[in-house]
Amino acid sequence: MSFSGYDIGPFYDEMFASPAEPRDGTRLMVEKIESLPSGELKRRQRTAEQALFDSGITFNVYGSGEGTEKIWPFDIIPRIVDAQEWYWIEKGLKQRIRALNLFIDDVYHDQKIVKDGVIPGDLILTAEGYLKPCDGLNPPGHIWAHVTGTDLVRDEKGQIYVLEDNLRCPSGVSYVIANRRLLKRTFPEVFTASRVKPVDIYPAKLLDMLYSIAPAGMRTPVVALLTPGIYNSAYFEHSFLAHEMGIELVEGRDLVIQDGFVCMKTTRGLQRVDVIYRRINDDFLDPKAFRKDSLLGVPGILEVFRKGRVAMANAPGTGVADDKVIYAYVPKMIKYYLGEEAIIPNVPTYLCWEDSARKHVLDNLDSLVVKAANESGGYGMLIGPVSTASERDVFAEKIKSKPRNFIAQPALGLSRSPVIIGDGFEGRHVDLRPFILYGEDIWVLPGGLTRVALRKGSLVVNSSQGGGSKDTWVVDGPEEDSDTERDATLMTQSQTQDGSGEYAEQSC
Amino acid sequence: MLSRVAETLYWLSRYLERAENISRFIEVSWHMTLDQPGQEECREWGALVSTTGDNSRFFERYNATTKKNVISFLMFDTEYPNSIISCLRAARENARTVREIISSDLWEQINAFYHIIEGAGKNQGHVYENPYDLCQQIKLRGMMLGGIGNDTMSHGEGWHFCRLGRFMERADKTSRVLDVKYFTILPSLNYVGTAYDDVQWAALLRATDALDAYRQEYGRINPSNVAEFLVFSREFPRSVLHCLGVAQRSLHAISGTPMGAFRNRAEQILGQLSAELAYTNIKSVFDKGLHEFNDQLQIEINRINDAISRYFFGYDPEEFKEAG
Repeated sequence: MSFSGYDIGPFYDEMFASPAEPRDGTRLMVEKIESLPSGELKRRQRTAEQALFDSGITFNVYGSGEGTEKIWPFDIIPRIVDAQEWYWIEKGLKQRIRALNLFIDDVYHDQKIVKDGVIPGDLILTAEGYLKPCDGLNPPGHIWAHVTGTDLVRDEKGQIYVLEDNLRCPSGVSYVIANRRLLKRTFPEVFTASRVKPVDIYPAKLLDMLYSIAPAGMRTPVVALLTPGIYNSAYFEHSFLAHEMGIELVEGRDLVIQDGFVCMKTTRGLQRVDVIYRRINDDFLDPKAFRKDSLLGVPGILEVFRKGRVAMANAPGTGVADDKVIYAYVPKMIKYYLGEEAIIPNVPTYLCWEDSARKHVLDNLDSLVVKAANESGGYGMLIGPVSTASERDVFAEKIKSKPRNFIAQPALGLSRSPVIIGDGFEGRHVDLRPFILYGEDIWVLPGGLTRVALRKGSLVVNSSQGGGSKDTWVVDGPEEDSDTERDATLMTQSQTQDGSGEYAEQSC
Repeated sequence: MLSRVAETLYWLSRYLERAENISRFIEVSWHMTLDQPGQEECREWGALVSTTGDNSRFFERYNATTKKNVISFLMFDTEYPNSIISCLRAARENARTVREIISSDLWEQINAFYHIIEGAGKNQGHVYENPYDLCQQIKLRGMMLGGIGNDTMSHGEGWHFCRLGRFMERADKTSRVLDVKYFTILPSLNYVGTAYDDVQWAALLRATDALDAYRQEYGRINPSNVAEFLVFSREFPRSVLHCLGVAQRSLHAISGTPMGAFRNRAEQILGQLSAELAYTNIKSVFDKGLHEFNDQLQIEINRINDAISRYFFGYDPEEFKEAG
């Protein structure tokens, strides 16, 4: 298949700088694809899909009853990020996550940032993710968000922005690793020739981080991943990560609080748990502290956490900074806590609680994207340019009745990347979710999850709304080949029945 | 190990073993009907339903025990919890919740196994004509999964729970295979001792993959020897006594209790049952009645299962206190 008819349109294309001119780092891939015999690329796509199906890498869709299990669509053409650009992204993300953690710690202690007049206190107290019971908590090292999955987007001009921070329980990293394993089988030739930064080390890095936050004095801490269970849409990932790290995958019903410690029920009685990587949302974590009707959590766990007898990643309460109104203040936080300018900018955001901004938003609903401050997953949105007049009326009413709960942003023409459609390539909009771990230091997984809106023209990349994924390669420039030393260890041959083989001969 | 995980592994392997054995049941019945003089299809297949103990469930939805109805019930009926497809679905759901414990190969093959049966269910006509191919495939897949489990999992607690489940299930099912013969001959005792009788006993051995091993030990087919082999052989891996012995060793490996002693109810009942079998012979089985013997055996196996559940799976401080 050839890219000759590929139309990059009026968007920034991640693979081509202009028609027939591949960007730095993508040339090898483009050449490889074009050199494949006819039909071979589609055959490889089918093989990859079959492998996904066989390995059961599926997700569940809420509310569609039986047969809810689906393969997440996967496109085998990788999205390639140049190393120079990547270093800039990495630096920006580290800066941002450092400031956000200082902010969350401040929110639950002195709220200096409010006293100094940088953020109105009301906005913090009315953020849905702000949890009063977390006041005064002191997580190990004052780090609250240990695992973050920041969403980045790029506009027509090529500028990268932060769209969302996702500081609670971000998911998707398992797909990054699974996609990579799949692509190594799909394009082994290109891997050999390119210098693609590995992603397989993520689970080991995650485990290091979890060990680093264990209560002091542990020999080898017992670490468990807490999942809501098999019906959660990210269950595959919970199971995958627990498996890769070799830790227990527990549900709320496996845990009890005994003598002031968190314990799991085992075949030999109760065993203490020291660190919990929890993938249950704050609300459901502890029915004694948060939602009373939760059956998924562990009653009393927050109290054990407060006393420092169990560590949790992420700490409860981080959602306060996921509120889209609070998001708008992140550049100011960076300035306030670090004294630096934000490296990666925010998408320009209108806060509807401000009178002048609200007026602007209401006057320009047909060109803006309106979002509820506390929704995620592509829900609760109005995409102005493709909305109907009655949809806009509904949102106008919502905004007027609860201005605090809405923000608006310009409709970005997200960058595109080629995907296989029929017998050719078409551009589809993509975003990028890098994953950041914050333990003793900050580490960013090279690349991240590229989500792609597979519906033609769609800007919504979420898996629940017709999105798929691609492997993301961070490609270094060419460097001298260091792989010349061959393993020179002498091998002893295996014995066979007739007594041949080196070892057998020697012993005769 | 988490109690929930132990329970899941135990049932995962029970369901896999069950699916494999049901395909063995179908295969043996099919062979018997092919050799059957006259048209007594419904009786043969009815006998098979009886051995499952789920007669009433069958007649809730089917009016006659035709080949098609029985195969459909035992293989593809998603409403029937012990059908092959239901067992595989349950096995797969269990496997999914412990994916991080079992090996990737094991999970992928369980997943593939389920999809094969699900696919066959969409084109059942061929299976009714000739169930042999699919039964063979199920049997081989079942054995392959056993092999993958043995060769890819550490032989620690989780593996022992798998093995415990697998061999408890197998002991139960071997005793039920013997029952197929009982239900088949019951209405027509005049077959007993004829060449046709031999054919049926041979089919039974074939269903348990025991024909070759049996011949090496006994040579001629003889009902008493066949029953003796399938119940009392210490070496043959599907005989009841052998299965209970393996289950016992795993149970003790899990708890750390020395063999010959007990510290919980499951160890006690399983030990008693194994000892009783070890000191019985086939003559007293026939004196009691083969079916009555099998029935009693199945009841004991269920009691052991309940004791395992209470002690290891339903974390209950009282059970642990009792155990001391």
